[in-house]
Amino acid sequence: MTSDAAGPDFDVVVVGAGIAGSVTAYRLAERGLSVVLIERGDVPGSKNLSGGVLYGRVLETVFPHYLNEAPVERRITRHVTTFLNADSAVSLDYSADGLAEPGNAVTVLRAKFDPWLAGKAEEAGAFLMPGVRVDSLLTGPGLDGATTVVGVRAGDDELRARVVVAADGVNSFLASSVGLRQKQPTNHLAVGVKAVIRLPRADIESRFGVSGDRGAAHAIVGDCTLGIGGGGFIYTNTESLSLGVVLRLDDLLRSGHTAIEVFEHFTQHPGLQQYLHGGELIEYGSHLVAEGGYPMVGEVAMNGMLVAGESAGLAINSGLTVRGMDLAIGSAIAASDAVVEAVAAGDTSKAGLAGYRRRLDESFVMQDMRTSARAPKFLERNRMYGPYGELIADVLQNAFSLDGTPREHLLNVARHALRRSPLTLRQLISDGWAGVRAL
Amino acid sequence: MGGGASTVKPTTVPERLAVNSFRVDEEESHIVVDQELCRTTGSGAAIIAVCPAGVYSEQDGLILVDHAACLECGTCLAVAAPGALTWRYPRGGFGVSFREG
Ligand SMILES: Cc1cc2nc3c(=O)[nH]c(=O)nc-3n(C[C@H](O)[C@H](O)[C@H](O)COP(=O)(O)OP(=O)(O)OC[C@H]3O[C@@H](n4cnc5c(N)ncnc54)[C@H](O)[C@@H]3O)c2cc1C
Ligand code: SF4
Repeated sequence: MTSDAAGPDFDVVVVGAGIAGSVTAYRLAERGLSVVLIERGDVPGSKNLSGGVLYGRVLETVFPHYLNEAPVERRITRHVTTFLNADSAVSLDYSADGLAEPGNAVTVLRAKFDPWLAGKAEEAGAFLMPGVRVDSLLTGPGLDGATTVVGVRAGDDELRARVVVAADGVNSFLASSVGLRQKQPTNHLAVGVKAVIRLPRADIESRFGVSGDRGAAHAIVGDCTLGIGGGGFIYTNTESLSLGVVLRLDDLLRSGHTAIEVFEHFTQHPGLQQYLHGGELIEYGSHLVAEGGYPMVGEVAMNGMLVAGESAGLAINSGLTVRGMDLAIGSAIAASDAVVEAVAAGDTSKAGLAGYRRRLDESFVMQDMRTSARAPKFLERNRMYGPYGELIADVLQNAFSLDGTPREHLLNVARHALRRSPLTLRQLISDGWAGVRAL
Repeated sequence: MGGGASTVKPTTVPERLAVNSFRVDEEESHIVVDQELCRTTGSGAAIIAVCPAGVYSEQDGLILVDHAACLECGTCLAVAAPGALTWRYPRGGFGVSFREG
């Protein structure tokens, strides 16, 4: 595959056949560029893992009929948020069938979904190279003297391209290798520990109150993570559940617990057995999540290279939802449009590729990253993960446990509960305000 | 709330990993620890705490590495002090293969 130094082998090398990479490759190939899509897994998706709720409207702009074609699991029509305490739980249940038409959110399993997406890129003419790990970038001096990426190296092979799109995911080794990304502080990252358990369709439907192709997404905070910043999730697939915890690394390290202990505490939590019991474990995995928010997004372009998807730090954890897949798609749209423009103009320098950042800034991707810019800070308020759930449970216990004593007005109940709680009214107000502003 | 008999079966890490599909690279390990730095920087304790696969353990002050169990999340690298850990993705085609994801 070595070529003489002069000409590129392809217009574009895309590294990583995840969500960002496959959508980028598809859109470039559609527009007639020669594209190679390199993936370290034997099959696209085989290295990938997410909680699984895809906010898919943006994918519809690329594949209008993906809901009928793609291997999606269920359309989410029910979002349940649970504050879980050691022996009580408070849930907020939002269900709306309108969420199914058109699909707002669907569950996906990445080992099934990603091959479909990469297949779309192949059909459009992209050349997929699975089972190949890119080891490093090929660089040279650019016209402006700054480093220019001219291709990639995998083992003894070198592939040259006008543009490299690094869509290699949250660890983003490629962007780091050329100084576009720094080592992230531990409060910018969380580890997701996930299991998939098989459960008969009928059990899923009766336990989660859904039917047909409808599904539920449960977000769980509080005792399920032993108070560690992050949360738990249970999402319904067609015949299985995706469940797990997302734990912020700084908090996990401080807690003295291991990730394994927290995961096991979650899956054995008495408050969750009504959903999980009898399920058969069919997979266990883990993956990092970028949680640094807007400050974590650094430079996304340099001479000859763009960084897309989570490798650019594009992910949002609002505490109740983790979003990364839709942002990966949004960034892929921006990246592919910018590359087409740059290649057509014959200028793939950083300046020539500047259309990427501009498009990102104009799109929902950066707007949502900015809106949630305060969310990570808000989530660092640890009270969110313990005392609140207990406070609400205390109020509701008073309201619902009729023990013969005269009922108090709910407001008084709340005042008394607050007095018993380690929280102060001032904290409550400040957190509430921070939360409203951040979420 | 459920409980008692009707719980999801508790499992150990090895039991959970056993349901996964792995192709272990017998020739080279993608993880190398610097024992000295792991000890002096506290990285040894940190990587043991965060690893969901139980890849790391400590015996007589040494960090043992079972690279075959790795789920390739990169969390250990994220918490290790610079130089304490050399961690890269396994060679193409090796390592864990998710069938669900
Ligand atoms: C527990 C958990 C729950 C989540 N829940 C949700 C959710 O409900 N909804 C949501 O939208 N998002 C969720 N996310 C986030 C989401 O999974 C990611 O943001 C998203 O997958 C990022 O897509 P990507 O294409 O940027 O990267 P990835 O999907 O990680 O793709 C990167 C690709 O690059 C390949 N690769 C990496 N390095 C190389 C190399 N050197 N050579 C060749 N190939 C390489 C990888 O194998 C992979 O295929 C969750 C994440 C976790 C961990
Ligand atoms: S990458 Fe993840 S699974 Fe592998 S050793 Fe590091 S923390 Fe453990």
